[in-house]
Amino acid sequence: MSALLSAKGLKIAFGGVKAADGIDLDIAEREFVAIIGPNGAGKTTFINMTTGYLRPQAGSITFDGTDITGLPPRQIVRRGIARSFQIPQLFTEHTVIENVALKVAAHRGFWHAFRPLLDRETTAATMAILDQFGLRSVAEARATELNEGTRKLTDIAMAMALEPRLLLMDEPTSGVASAEKFGIMDTLVAALRARGVTAVFVEHDMEVVERYADRVAVWSQGKILASGPPAVVLNDPAVLREVIGVEVKHAAGATPGSGDAHA
Amino acid sequence: MTLLLLLAVLDGLAYAALVFMVAVGLTLVFGVLRVLNVAHGSFFAIGAYVAATLGTAAAATAAAPVLALPVLLIAAILVGGVLGPLVEKLLLSRIYVKDHVLQLLVTFALFMILEDVQKLIWGVQPIFQDAAVKALGPVEVGDIVYTRYQLFLLPGVAATTLVGLMWFLRRTLTGRVIVAVTQDREAATAMGIDAQRVYLLTFTFGTMLAALGGALASPTSSLVPGVGVNMIVLSFAVVATAGLGQIEGAALTALLIGLGRSVAVYFAPEFEVVIPYIIMVLVLLVRPYGIFGSPELRRV
Amino acid sequence: MMGRSLTLPTLLGVALLIGLAASAPWLKFVFTIALAKGLAVLGILLLLRAGQVSFGHALYVAVGAYTVAFARPTVGDVLLLLPLAVGAATIVGLLVGLFVARYRDIFFGMLNLAFSMVFYSLLEKLYAYTRGTDGIRVIPPTIAGLAFERVSYEWVMLGLSLALAVGLGFLARIFLASPLGQALPAIKARETRLEFAGISAKRVLLVSYVASAALAGLGGGIIAMTTLHVTPLLAYWTHSGELVFIAILGGGGAVLGPFLGAAVFELVRVYAAAAFPDAWQMILGAVLLGIILFASRGLWGIYEDLTTRRAARP
Repeated sequence: MSALLSAKGLKIAFGGVKAADGIDLDIAEREFVAIIGPNGAGKTTFINMTTGYLRPQAGSITFDGTDITGLPPRQIVRRGIARSFQIPQLFTEHTVIENVALKVAAHRGFWHAFRPLLDRETTAATMAILDQFGLRSVAEARATELNEGTRKLTDIAMAMALEPRLLLMDEPTSGVASAEKFGIMDTLVAALRARGVTAVFVEHDMEVVERYADRVAVWSQGKILASGPPAVVLNDPAVLREVIGVEVKHAAGATPGSGDAHA
Repeated sequence: MTLLLLLAVLDGLAYAALVFMVAVGLTLVFGVLRVLNVAHGSFFAIGAYVAATLGTAAAATAAAPVLALPVLLIAAILVGGVLGPLVEKLLLSRIYVKDHVLQLLVTFALFMILEDVQKLIWGVQPIFQDAAVKALGPVEVGDIVYTRYQLFLLPGVAATTLVGLMWFLRRTLTGRVIVAVTQDREAATAMGIDAQRVYLLTFTFGTMLAALGGALASPTSSLVPGVGVNMIVLSFAVVATAGLGQIEGAALTALLIGLGRSVAVYFAPEFEVVIPYIIMVLVLLVRPYGIFGSPELRRV
Repeated sequence: MMGRSLTLPTLLGVALLIGLAASAPWLKFVFTIALAKGLAVLGILLLLRAGQVSFGHALYVAVGAYTVAFARPTVGDVLLLLPLAVGAATIVGLLVGLFVARYRDIFFGMLNLAFSMVFYSLLEKLYAYTRGTDGIRVIPPTIAGLAFERVSYEWVMLGLSLALAVGLGFLARIFLASPLGQALPAIKARETRLEFAGISAKRVLLVSYVASAALAGLGGGIIAMTTLHVTPLLAYWTHSGELVFIAILGGGGAVLGPFLGAAVFELVRVYAAAAFPDAWQMILGAVLLGIILFASRGLWGIYEDLTTRRAARP
């Protein structure tokens, strides 16, 4: 079976640092793939290259059989790849519903000068998304008034409003209080599964990774060091030594699937 | 024809030298403070007016020919030394944290104010004081009688400014500090650099450069209201064509635009004012951030 | 986003304006000019929404005004001249806009200034066509085929401007609530986000830019038919500065701001510019600084604060 997203031989370097040095990565339809690795390894660079924000210096990216390497972000979005950000980038002058509605409009029909943004159709579609992400209660709040977890969810809801087939998320739980993170991930994953969306997420939190990822890819020094089910990869001694380090070894030692959070 | 062309080249060089003096101050201030000072053109105009006033006063004394040139420098130091710190402390220091639109509006408001300050002090009648040009006398270039002032002094001062500034920024400690602040304000502050002081110094120096440009321009043409706006727009064109914050680039594009303009003066006078902008637009169509600019610079 | 109802303040404003114009005949002229400038400022407001400020919109006022002056010998009626003025400004706005919409902030503001100053100098230098600084006189046109004597002409022009101001203000309000209008603050906040939504921020800005040029062209057309004389000064930077000034004075909060700002501005100018002809720009600059530093929401903001406080009282 052919992959939904297929990266081949991706290379990019900043100054002397090789963020990607021959990356091959296939993502299958409806798969949930976590990318882990040390800080500055190039994980976010992968998202940036796939969404057209950066152009790889070598290699190609194929989405659903067509080559999208080096296309501008706008065209890639239209083909069905959306992303969220490590630091949520909401429109600060708008409310939550307007933020999401802008994305709904962007997807369904944006070039209207004399029809309200929040017409009946767009409002209904927007509210459906807000409901799915549990955001109805903050619909009228301004983007600047939200807590970090809600901002993250709003950011992802906005990406989902574009009805993508593939969603790339940059650290969906970073900056979120640890008490909130599973709640957010549960909401998120349920919404993605309900819509049949394939997802790639960059993540530092190994508890989140082992609980929600179908597969883990380990990114280290511009290469994919290992790739496979969390239970296998997170117990691979090479991975533990090279990438994860002492702090999270502890969490990785937990029985896969037990789900209990270690402090 | 060749005579006209030679004349155009000579004029272009002298003019480019003046434009460069103003543009380099504009681009330096932008590079460090990240504020594009619309009132920079007013400093040029005020420098010119003060130089003309001092020049006229000096011409009445016994030491007239000796004073004619130093007076220009004194005018520039005076204007820069007074207006620079005043504007930076009272106005700009309040707006570094505000968004670009507000910064632009504030310096634009200052520009409106200074334009009328000139009118109130010096009136609207043309003022002309060319003692400095006369002091140096004429020179023959081929069949053309030209002024030593425009042929040697103006390009000489511009070249000295360029070389001196590059040396200063690259080789002296203060220069390195300024460059450090330009590249990363937070990191520089964390290292114990007093960014406020760097801003004040840079802005004052930039103001002096504009005023010196004006002072140097004053003996070559009469001063009328509106010289300030023409100069800010033109020096912006130079700076934009080079890329914001690019000092050597500004020298090159000042030459390009100065020569282009003076050729137009002789061969298509109706389009004299248009040529610099045509050059700018053509360059920006191919390179949106200027010849030497990069998107990162503009983004900040 | 539609905010509070503007019906009452609009009706009050219209009534006040007509009442004043009836009691003091010279005010008809002042108000017509104010409304014309208000239309241009409405365009500036659209750009301000996107966080962009143009220091060169007098260019489009001048394009509109000179279009009327050039066309007047062959076209005799206001109802034809105004669309011509708007059309010309729209075309120039599209051409310049294709270029300047690629830029933001400093470049956007200054490139607009540069274009307007080029146009100014062309108006001044191409004497054979424009009669240079002497300008061109405009013979009063007919309105809908009818020739009016002076007083009625002034009344009809005022009424027409008022109708256009109300109509276009209403349209602008609808526009600002549309996806396109709502994308403007998004450009101000986070432009790349629009790109990641598959929308070209440049094109969004271009639409507003062309609309703002058209509005300024309409204002210029009205100015030409009211002052009956056009000069290159219409394109000069001080005039662009005035438009920005009025926009900030009126406040970016609502579509009434530009007209409120313009009316106050023109009324004050009648007295102040006569009393201090050489300090007028200085006064404007000082007030502009004051508003930016201390009352960033302008006159409309002050009005909102006043009415809100009153409404909150028991």
